[in-house]
Amino acid sequence: MTYKVTEEGNISTVFLNGEIDMDITEKAKEVILPLVEAGKEVHLNLKDVSYMDSSGISVLIESHQKALEKNTKVVVKEVSKSVLKVIMMAKLEQILNLE
Amino acid sequence: MTLSETKDFQVSSASLKDVRTFSRDVFEKINLPQEQKDELVLAIAEAAQNIVKHGYKGVDSTTDRMEIKISLKDGKLEIGFFDKGKPVVPENIQHRQLDDIKPGGLGTFFIKQIMDGAVFKKDEKGWVNHLILTKKI
Repeated sequence: MTYKVTEEGNISTVFLNGEIDMDITEKAKEVILPLVEAGKEVHLNLKDVSYMDSSGISVLIESHQKALEKNTKVVVKEVSKSVLKVIMMAKLEQILNLE
Repeated sequence: MTLSETKDFQVSSASLKDVRTFSRDVFEKINLPQEQKDELVLAIAEAAQNIVKHGYKGVDSTTDRMEIKISLKDGKLEIGFFDKGKPVVPENIQHRQLDDIKPGGLGTFFIKQIMDGAVFKKDEKGWVNHLILTKKI
């Protein structure tokens, strides 16, 4: 997985790239959670994420819940078809902020 | 079509990518919709992840290997997982309730969603656990 972070005002956009599995979830959390902890609105752009398993879904849930605690939000954007299918299998399409 | 391919992997989260590559390569040889191939790869990766995560819980690193066998015969896909981790007690395996939103506990749910059957069998070749996933295709 590679990533890029851009900042605009209070919005941090994290562009993730590649396949998100158990092997890289800690790295993903190290990128995302500090931004949420800092009270930023975090946009996760997943257009270049071709695969995500239950570990990746856990990162999305943890980020979302942490954002609620910090009175901010995580928006999941440009989800690829294959990743959207996994999100829907977990019945999270109504829970996560998908755009 | 009849097919049977086996590969072993080091028990490590770093091997999960190789598990997916192996699975994708095998499914390339089977005439299935891409969406179904993707689902099967996810189920296999989740089962392999369970070995790393739960079978070797508390183990920092190991030289142990796990084996995955993908077989197709008479339209029935059978995927075997062999490992030497902690013995699995099938009755203790349960996924979390979907309305209890929290990280974790989804891998087994995905496997159940995708596959027709999942059973643990006694293995006679020295492995500790032998999981068999099946699906009619």
